[in-house]
Amino acid sequence: MTGAERIMNARPDFAAIARWIGSGKRVLDLGCGDGTLLDFLRRARAVHGYGIEIDDQKVTECVRSGVNVMQMNLESGLSAFRDGSFDYVILSQTLQAVRHTEDIMREMLRVGREAIVSFPNFGHWSARLQVARGRMPVSAALPYQWFDTPNVHLCTIHDFEALCEKLSIRVLERVVLHGGRPVSVMPNLFGSLAVYRCTSG
Amino acid sequence: MAAKNDQVLSGGSVGAVLAQRARFDVPLRLQSGAELPSFELAYETYGRLNPARSNAVLVCHALNASHHIAGHYADDPENVGWWDNMVGPGKPLDTERFFVVGVNNLGGCHGSTGPMSINPATGKPWGGDFPVVTVEDWVAAQARLADFLGVQRFAAVMGGSLGAMQALQWTISFPERVGHALVIAATPKLSAQNIAFNEVARQAITTDPDFHGGHYYEHGVVPRRGLRVARMIGHITYLSDDVMMEKFGRELRRGTPGFDFNIDFEIESYLRYQGDKFSTYFDANTYLRITKALDYFDPAAAHGGDLSMALAPARARFLVVSFTSDWRFTPARSREIVKALLDNRRDVSYLEIDAPHGHDAFLMDDARYFAAVRAWFGNMLLEGPEQ
Repeated sequence: MTGAERIMNARPDFAAIARWIGSGKRVLDLGCGDGTLLDFLRRARAVHGYGIEIDDQKVTECVRSGVNVMQMNLESGLSAFRDGSFDYVILSQTLQAVRHTEDIMREMLRVGREAIVSFPNFGHWSARLQVARGRMPVSAALPYQWFDTPNVHLCTIHDFEALCEKLSIRVLERVVLHGGRPVSVMPNLFGSLAVYRCTSG
Repeated sequence: MAAKNDQVLSGGSVGAVLAQRARFDVPLRLQSGAELPSFELAYETYGRLNPARSNAVLVCHALNASHHIAGHYADDPENVGWWDNMVGPGKPLDTERFFVVGVNNLGGCHGSTGPMSINPATGKPWGGDFPVVTVEDWVAAQARLADFLGVQRFAAVMGGSLGAMQALQWTISFPERVGHALVIAATPKLSAQNIAFNEVARQAITTDPDFHGGHYYEHGVVPRRGLRVARMIGHITYLSDDVMMEKFGRELRRGTPGFDFNIDFEIESYLRYQGDKFSTYFDANTYLRITKALDYFDPAAAHGGDLSMALAPARARFLVVSFTSDWRFTPARSREIVKALLDNRRDVSYLEIDAPHGHDAFLMDDARYFAAVRAWFGNMLLEGPEQ
């Protein structure tokens, strides 16, 4: 399979990320899980990647598939990494589970030239409707009950962009998806997943 | 076949093994400036070297171990290799796939040339005159063994603690000869506290009245008391406070305090037992030299303390493993190595295993640790020397 074919067949949010990333770039994936995204980017884009993951089993999965992984708590900072040592630092569907959101965003743009952030959009109509009906939202994008969710900082597209403004982070590109398809009309209402590419200043 | 499959699933033993010895007659210049005109290395191998000679793994030993990594001796079935849980058919380092080499280091007391060997210049044992050897010297000698075995390039070099220092040094001394390096419970250099413990151990040995400046063989004695205390100190640093408390607690062996200096607490009994056992099989001169090799190891020193520069020549893919309860070589020390490798844009993975056993954890078969090592070796592509 060629890189382009791999991207066509990939998960839509992964495909969006791969389209932004040039061939052979240096990539750091925060909360990389079992290394699926890095493995995909390596095959599709020949990136030189590293992941950070805390979970023992997921770390072992990364090792099994030959993905470079650091078993570290990303909340305690990225001190192992020099300023500007990566082309891209990725936070894929992890933002909502991070405690020190502002610190992570700053660290990402210290270590990387650009940051790629994706998160489930809490502004999607189904979430709004469930809240309007008096219940916490549960959906494909937000599959947890309120009492067992790892998510501590859910946000909407407008919220995230306001944070970027506060931190002087410039949004370079944005893709909003629902059911794997791009959403262009009223994305904060009809999009369930947002993917951003940003840089500082 | 069923029996064999069962063995592979559970991880079997390499079975009865033979220690071998290789002789090298080209002089070896040591870091100290001294020269060994010739030397021998005791070694063992398990598994088969493949036709491409691309599946060899060198396992480096730490302080008190030897070339006897796995299996047992036909005439001594109780003498099981020191890393038998790691190395064997179906084990994390699978001898069905890899050709595994264990070697006793230069200056050792398990068959390689060391202080107990005859000094050709005098016809008597070297004793205290045997030169001080370093990690660099060991690696240089191991490279001679690799040549002898027809291994141009190791698929991997691995070790824990002092063994990890050798794996690290391999990637610096012979970057083209190491495909992968597994660096476990390591440090890029000893701290002042680490050196302090070593110095107490050395003082215990050298102030033993039976030491005789290292020439105790001639006197027909062994500085056993010193070696015993040295080993006790070592054991304290290998275990975590928690595990020691859990294992030995404050139970009184006699039920009540003895108000004397016989054994009251279990930990006293344990340390005495370990010290006694060690002093019957280990050579004091070797112990002195190994602790010095530990103290001197500092690849960054030649680069103004810059470990990233020291590791710049390395080409291997690395797996670095530390254990949270290891207070001898803490995870922070392993992270220094990882950082230096990242600075050099090397392929590296880092595991920080939340294990309670302290420094000794590297010898325990913790499921997470072993699963990761198994996965790492399983993923390893074997390249020929031409690549």
